Amino acid sequence: MTSGSLAEWSNLAVYSSMLVLVAALIAFAVSLAARGQRVISPSLVSVGAGLPATDSGTTVAAREELTPGHRAGNIAMALTWLATGLLLVGLVLRGLWASRAPWGNMYEFSLAWTFGILAVFLIASLRRDIRWLGLPVIFLSILSLGLAVTVLYTEAAQLVPALRSWWLIIHVAAAVICGGAFTVAAAISALYLWRDRAERKGRVTGIVASLPDAARLDTLAYRILAFAFPLWTFAVISGAIWAEYAWGRYWGWDPKETWAFITWVIYAGYLHARSTAGWRGRRAAYISLLGFVSFLINYFGVNIFVNSLHSYAGL
Amino acid sequence: MTTTTDLPPAEPAAPPPLDAVGFARWCWRQLTSMRIALILLFLLAIAAIPGSVLPQRGLDPIRVNDWIEGNPTWGPVLDRLGFFDVYAAPWFAAVYLLLFVSVIGCVLPRTRLHWRALRSAPPDAPRRLDRMPEHRSWHTSAASTDVLDSAYADLSARRWRVARGDGWVSAEKGYWRETGNLLFHAALIALLIAVGYGALLGWRGNVIVREGSGFSDTLTQYDAWGGGRLVDPAALPPFAFILDDFRVEFERDEAQRGAPLLFEADLTLWPTPGSPSEDVVVRVNEPLSIDGAKVFLVGHGYAPELRLTDALGRIVHDEGVVFLPQDGNLTSTGVLKAPDATPSLGIEGLFLPTAAVDDVRGPHSTFPEADDPAVFLSAWAGDLGLDSGVPQSIYRLDTEGMTQLGIEALRPGETWAIPEGNGTVEFVGLTRWASFQIAHDPGKEPALVASIVALAGLMMSLFIQRRRVWVRASADAQGSTVVTVAGLARSDEADLAPDVDAVVDALDGRRDRP
Repeated sequence: MTSGSLAEWSNLAVYSSMLVLVAALIAFAVSLAARGQRVISPSLVSVGAGLPATDSGTTVAAREELTPGHRAGNIAMALTWLATGLLLVGLVLRGLWASRAPWGNMYEFSLAWTFGILAVFLIASLRRDIRWLGLPVIFLSILSLGLAVTVLYTEAAQLVPALRSWWLIIHVAAAVICGGAFTVAAAISALYLWRDRAERKGRVTGIVASLPDAARLDTLAYRILAFAFPLWTFAVISGAIWAEYAWGRYWGWDPKETWAFITWVIYAGYLHARSTAGWRGRRAAYISLLGFVSFLINYFGVNIFVNSLHSYAGL
Repeated sequence: MTTTTDLPPAEPAAPPPLDAVGFARWCWRQLTSMRIALILLFLLAIAAIPGSVLPQRGLDPIRVNDWIEGNPTWGPVLDRLGFFDVYAAPWFAAVYLLLFVSVIGCVLPRTRLHWRALRSAPPDAPRRLDRMPEHRSWHTSAASTDVLDSAYADLSARRWRVARGDGWVSAEKGYWRETGNLLFHAALIALLIAVGYGALLGWRGNVIVREGSGFSDTLTQYDAWGGGRLVDPAALPPFAFILDDFRVEFERDEAQRGAPLLFEADLTLWPTPGSPSEDVVVRVNEPLSIDGAKVFLVGHGYAPELRLTDALGRIVHDEGVVFLPQDGNLTSTGVLKAPDATPSLGIEGLFLPTAAVDDVRGPHSTFPEADDPAVFLSAWAGDLGLDSGVPQSIYRLDTEGMTQLGIEALRPGETWAIPEGNGTVEFVGLTRWASFQIAHDPGKEPALVASIVALAGLMMSLFIQRRRVWVRASADAQGSTVVTVAGLARSDEADLAPDVDAVVDALDGRRDRP
């Protein structure tokens, strides 16, 4: 296989992954619509909404016949696994083609970030039923992949010398996984706000009824961010170590560093808010969304609009 | 700023008392409250934003000046308010210092509480264990003291802190959570101190060195140098080097054409005066460490060799002139000042490693490698202003009070006779220059240690769960023993079922349970 065809195979894998994701999106939508429709009588609301997180095998089997849209949900999950696998193949081929870690420019970083989103979602789904989260997660994944292949695509081959370091693998891999976790947490926080409003108004009907109750959404977002925050801390520290080697200072308030710091501070605020009376729940959810916005500014804003040492967009 | 999960909610805010001591105490309580800490955190995030939007003196002083000139209304105002040096501005310092005072005010009392908790036994078991979120109960034929004995032994063996009372065993685990939490916050304070220490005792300088020329580490040799208050600029490590060769390669494929692939500087280094020289290579990502200082390769460019002969036929300049790159294809500008020429001359130049001219962009370079080099020169005669006492950049020619003599484009080897018999300029050839940052930061190792401790503490405080488990055993009316095991999480997210089940298993509870 020549190196040119490696790149073509990588692109093919990425496009296939997108197609499968679209199919998964449809399946998730069907599943959600079916679950939402069924909840008409109040007695069934509690069944649909209150299913415990850690079902043993027997109750899952029993529920399979109970819950409409379950089969569509299973198909959607299988498609998500397939799409994630295809994306991984695309990333690996891209890395083989360029003979380096496949996150050297914005196109590749977006692929990796999408992989991060899907991986965090799938790993979380191993321990609990989070198919209700499929629709927004897959939607965001398609969005970021779509941006990657249309706007951000570069034929980029080699890296500028400053990027050629082991730290590229470590530092960016940590940032990629955090990006995935921040995205999934933001999706959950948004759903929390929706669900919480419905619960306050006492009108938990339709699709919002197929979401877990607000308290569980809150906990799940927290768990993901409690995992992501130390990792983000690590990403910042490893970036500082690398900056010391490459640029002669470990911290220089370069715009990328500044926004990484702002993102860190916001998520630190989130963790503190969650353990402060009066800041739990809604405010914490808004902070989680704010942190995600800050991450997006750091990624898109700084790379494209600001003159930063990190401007490796290749655009 | 520490988590308050384990503490009772703060009392509602009372109005501030009027006497001085009371007011000071009220201020302290407010400052160290979580609410204020949160607000300070968000203020810190907001305060950091302008520094990423506006140009900053520390990063790009030229753009700062351009910005202020371009915005005559707001520029000076923002400048006075420190918006072009945000991270050294007093208001930025105020936010983080208040935040750290708040952290200290929170960490100290909590350290005392935690120290006390570490030295005391877990509290007595509650009377009604069946009210706990996680509990199991069963009957057994074993005597209640035997059950409690084995519960005590089992929990101790699994490294719980255990207390024993009349008819109960109480155990607690996960003290490391709070230890980690305190460690994290203390390490952040240590990090701030390390950064400050580095700023006081560290220094950093930049120097441009042409191929074939040298540098010795004294203050006067630097193009720019800055050091902390406690640095003695006369005591820099006395090394010296010559830049023998600078190698650079650029991507020629269409994708990312012009992206640099390789930067490498060959140096002959004298670690101390009089010591034998050694050959070393400095690369990007591979600085040279010497005597506590590090030499980083941070930039490069071209230095066209210009030979200037004045109207009297004297050679007044005959070496490379450092031209500063203006874009990725190394379109570069430079200035040659010859105050001793007759008449005194100033020459502005535009150097193009791969020259092209079009109507829109004028002369520009299309590739960073010197494939087809050309230099566009503009000669000026008159007072260079070097004696006026006003410091001026060696890269800019102040043409006020000078007369333009003419312009010309030269290829290597070509000579231009400056009009009106003002001498000649020959474009002899090309050398490269490399710029180095030489830095000494004694705070960076402590800062790294503090960050690693902070990360470790953070992980402990997030992943370790503080939880309690109790066992009660007592004889019932039928003569058998009722055993109840219950658990309670002292942190939000703990899943207690495994802990409770483990105790139940240790007591053979599953076998005995109906």
